[in-house]
Amino acid sequence: MSERKIRVLVGKPGLDGHDRGAKTIAAVLRDHGMEVIYTGLHQTPEMIAETALQEDVDVVGLSILSGAHMTLFPRVREELEKRGMAHVLLTGGGIISAEDMEELSKLGFSKLFGPGTPTEEIANWIQSTMEERWKNEEVSR
Amino acid sequence: MQSASEMAERLLAGDRAALARSISWAENADPRYPGLLGSIYPRVGKAWRIGITGPPGAGKSTLTNALVAHLRERGETVGILAIDPSSPFSGGALLGDRIRMEERTADPGVYIRSMASRKSHGGLARAATDACDVMDAFGFSTILMETVGVGQSEYDVVAAADTVVVVMCPGAGDGIQAMKAGILEVADVLVVNKSDLDGADRLALDLEDAVRMRDIRRPRDLAASARWAPPVVSTSATGAGDGIDALLEAVDAHRAWLEAADLEASRRHRRVDQVRRVVGERLEEELWGPRGKREQAETLLGNSKTPYDVAEEILNSVLESRTGAGPDAGDRTSTPGDASR
Ligand SMILES: Nc1nc2c(ncn2[C@@H]2O[C@H](COP(=O)(O)OP(=O)(O)OP(=O)(O)O)[C@@H](O)[C@H]2O)c(=O)[nH]1
Ligand SMILES: [Mg+2]
Repeated sequence: MSERKIRVLVGKPGLDGHDRGAKTIAAVLRDHGMEVIYTGLHQTPEMIAETALQEDVDVVGLSILSGAHMTLFPRVREELEKRGMAHVLLTGGGIISAEDMEELSKLGFSKLFGPGTPTEEIANWIQSTMEERWKNEEVSR
Repeated sequence: MQSASEMAERLLAGDRAALARSISWAENADPRYPGLLGSIYPRVGKAWRIGITGPPGAGKSTLTNALVAHLRERGETVGILAIDPSSPFSGGALLGDRIRMEERTADPGVYIRSMASRKSHGGLARAATDACDVMDAFGFSTILMETVGVGQSEYDVVAAADTVVVVMCPGAGDGIQAMKAGILEVADVLVVNKSDLDGADRLALDLEDAVRMRDIRRPRDLAASARWAPPVVSTSATGAGDGIDALLEAVDAHRAWLEAADLEASRRHRRVDQVRRVVGERLEEELWGPRGKREQAETLLGNSKTPYDVAEEILNSVLESRTGAGPDAGDRTSTPGDASR
């Protein structure tokens, strides 16, 4: 049959005004064979979740530099769940302190990436996580 | 695992997650898709499908966004399929058309789906047509398909629309280049976008001349009693949106013309194209998929035969096995050598 591609939404919620980091990661994921939906700046959690639904993505990656990650990650997850999209792999990165990282991991965000993480590492993590999921899946699709 | 009939039920009940997943099934050639289409097919055919193509950066997405605003104002619901090319190297894609339509994300009367062209030629047009069928059955009154006009496979995509809009802009080529690129042959409506920029008037005149000189009968015209001369419309998709009304009028006029001519025949023609693409993909899979003829071809080539000899042999074996395998094989006993496969 045909090959399935990993579909990723790369979003930039919050008010800070530059998206170079988000664009870079979008390009890196593309270069790893993923189909990346790039949505631009200033996305609200509702918009991100709605886009994720319309695009039937497997992964939502958020780039958050504004420091609002403690509210934005849970808000996006809430909006995803509201739309029956709890299965989406939600990850992201930004300037997240060790304590915040710890706190978020308690909330179930197992894998977030701090500043300076090699983009390669993020791409590889998404790839292997999705491959693992698809192997075990056959259920929800 | 969701079954085709469950999915069809959810889709027809207006479940947007089911709409999105159904398109994924089409895109991935999921074995459940044919069954799904079968269940929803009675509901396919109400939407008007508009294909929008043109060179990179001509303003297709911005124009689509402006068109949607007008369509929504007159009470229509809109499904959008935005196609961007896949990287031939990594197979990945960066799909960025949504950025220009951001304000539509929250509108429950609009659905936007990005699609990568992936690698296969017929496959893209097949999947795009499937996606339109799904959106059609879901109930959108208008469907817009955007694709970058750079190659045959993109033209195949928009040619599956009822009305094809070709968008040009100053600086992205002149009328002669448009003729060379075959753009005029596919266009039902020609748009000169960025009419706020220098050179737009010149381009519009060029295109009008080119249209007047064109004397081609396209397959999609065959059914029609009268010929359709594509109008040239100037628009400015940014800012106040000059010309968007005129563009919509041109699309409506083309629709009225096609409906008066022979819409059924035109659509039947495109259905046959879809059948061809499905047959092509199935054959490709049958012949060169994991259970295909690669090994046989390699073995045969080993005996110093030419590729033509081998192709002949493989073709014969396939055609024979087909005629020999059917329930009425007894009626065709003249086919020799069918017992071997
Ligand atoms: N001056 C001017 N700029 C425009 C107009 N329409 C679009 N643009 C600009 O042209 C650029 C490309 O617009 P898009 O709508 O992304 O063009 P596109 O044809 O969809 O591009 P691709 O999908 O990448 O091929 C953007 O910067 C737009 O703001 C217009 O009418 N006038
Ligand atoms: Mg575009």
